[in-house]
Amino acid sequence: MLEELHRSLKLKSPQYIFTICVLTPVIAIYTIIRIIPIGGTIFLGFHKWDLINPAKPFIGLRNYIKLVHDELFIIAIRNTFILALLSIVISLGIALGLALILNRRKMRFAPVYELIYFLPFIISWVPLAVIWKWMYDPTYGILNYVIGLVGMRPQGWLVNPKLSLYSIIILVVWRNLGLATVLFSVGLKNIPAEYFDAAIVDGASGFKLFRDIIFPLLKPITLYLFVMSTILNFAIFSPVYVMTIGSQGAPGNAVRVLVYDLYENGFRYLHMGYAAAEATLLLLIVLVLTLVEFRSMRYEV
Amino acid sequence: MRLETKRVFGMTKELLIHIFLILIAITMIFPFFWMFCTALKPSTEVLSWPPVILPQHPTLENFIAVFTKWPFARFFFNSILITSVATFCILLTSSAAGYVFAKIKFFGRDLIFYIILATAIIPIQSYLIMLYLIIVKFQWINTYQGILAPLIIMSFGIFFLRQNIYAIPDESIDAARIDGASEFFIYFRIILPMTGSALAALGIYAFSVTWAQFIWPLVVVNTKEMYTTELGLAMFQKRFTVEYGAISAATAVCMVPALIMFIVFRRGIVRGVTLTGIKG
Repeated sequence: MLEELHRSLKLKSPQYIFTICVLTPVIAIYTIIRIIPIGGTIFLGFHKWDLINPAKPFIGLRNYIKLVHDELFIIAIRNTFILALLSIVISLGIALGLALILNRRKMRFAPVYELIYFLPFIISWVPLAVIWKWMYDPTYGILNYVIGLVGMRPQGWLVNPKLSLYSIIILVVWRNLGLATVLFSVGLKNIPAEYFDAAIVDGASGFKLFRDIIFPLLKPITLYLFVMSTILNFAIFSPVYVMTIGSQGAPGNAVRVLVYDLYENGFRYLHMGYAAAEATLLLLIVLVLTLVEFRSMRYEV
Repeated sequence: MRLETKRVFGMTKELLIHIFLILIAITMIFPFFWMFCTALKPSTEVLSWPPVILPQHPTLENFIAVFTKWPFARFFFNSILITSVATFCILLTSSAAGYVFAKIKFFGRDLIFYIILATAIIPIQSYLIMLYLIIVKFQWINTYQGILAPLIIMSFGIFFLRQNIYAIPDESIDAARIDGASEFFIYFRIILPMTGSALAALGIYAFSVTWAQFIWPLVVVNTKEMYTTELGLAMFQKRFTVEYGAISAATAVCMVPALIMFIVFRRGIVRGVTLTGIKG
């Protein structure tokens, strides 16, 4: 018995040596760049600290209480919710429609359309935001020229605080539309053709077909897209940052989002503890959303 | 006769659908086209009203300005260095750890794996502050290793390659073990060659994710020489706000790597994204 264990250990020891060689650096680096930063941010959220002062008093939940009364933070949270929800609902809605059209029988050029729609998604945020900022220019921007052609008055897309958040939402929808379309397309292609045939033989109309067959079968992918885009949109920063800097930019408060507020508090005003509390809130939102996804995925299986 | 009307009706419908799809395609492409045209215009043409889309007197002066006014060549060097090293490290750590998690049984394996997997979803924005403070402790502010540190391991990569290596039959690995092959030999000679396409997909993904990093370089870099292209473009745009010709040229230059990848891998990228999900 003991000998057997000994032999199996001996046989396995090269595997363990390899495991230790691989996992030691991976776990060490992972701890330093992920685990400690995440834990440390939560910890710092309960402290008051300005980066320079050696004193770092524990203040319990006071950062969080202050946040609730912070006007800028409230604006940021409100804007983040509007941006996340609107851009998700609009882009998923249009994408579902496009995917349904592109997956009709005998649809020609569908792969070409998909490829073109996907193009903005492969480009990173900064160049995209810079391009749109130029199109949004109130005096020379092409967008005002285009809407002028159909008789609309020129708009201050970014400089008008009433419009600026929606201008950023347009950019977000424009970028993510192709991704959602492609993912919905994949979902639709995975629905066996017999389902459609059976339903059509039964005399189901287009709408019934959609409600009873297509939509239930697309639910997992819709939920996945919804959760992933919510997380990405709640953490959005670079397009907002690019859209606000410089003299042609949007007024900071009109488009202030959660991470932008966090960045300003932390790295501009050096309110490290306060910003850490905001970061912890972001973490909580992300965790809750992930749990929602896991929970409902378990129901599906 | 009735059949004929039905056919005409069907064709009109078909035509309308394509017109709609083409309009959306134009919406997707036009901003890029407009930017490239602006980049080729002399400054007098850029701010003409009503705007003329195609450049009347195309010039490369904007592209020259990009590289003379602002060290974009250096930004490119920085970005390519950082993305290459990060991609290499991600591929190495993901495949080695993926192999361990898929094929070697030991106590606590699944726990470690799930901890890594669980943190995959957490965006860098939510631990940025403490990460910054740690890099300050290391005195790595404004250095390549400082920018690189959080980018060299990707939890998603470990997960993705574990799934792929898991699918490799145990027999081929066991046979090699019985023949006396070392684990390093198995990893380099059996596992890596058999995960080629997964490594390629992860490589493309890791490259684009690293290239697109913005908020991290923004906080960790404080001199122009260390800017990445993304950061350089944002700052260029801040510095030369209304010089849209030069800004457009800079944008065009910054998009070149992503566009090359898109053209080379086309369908592969679309398929890859649907396989790997949309993290990043």
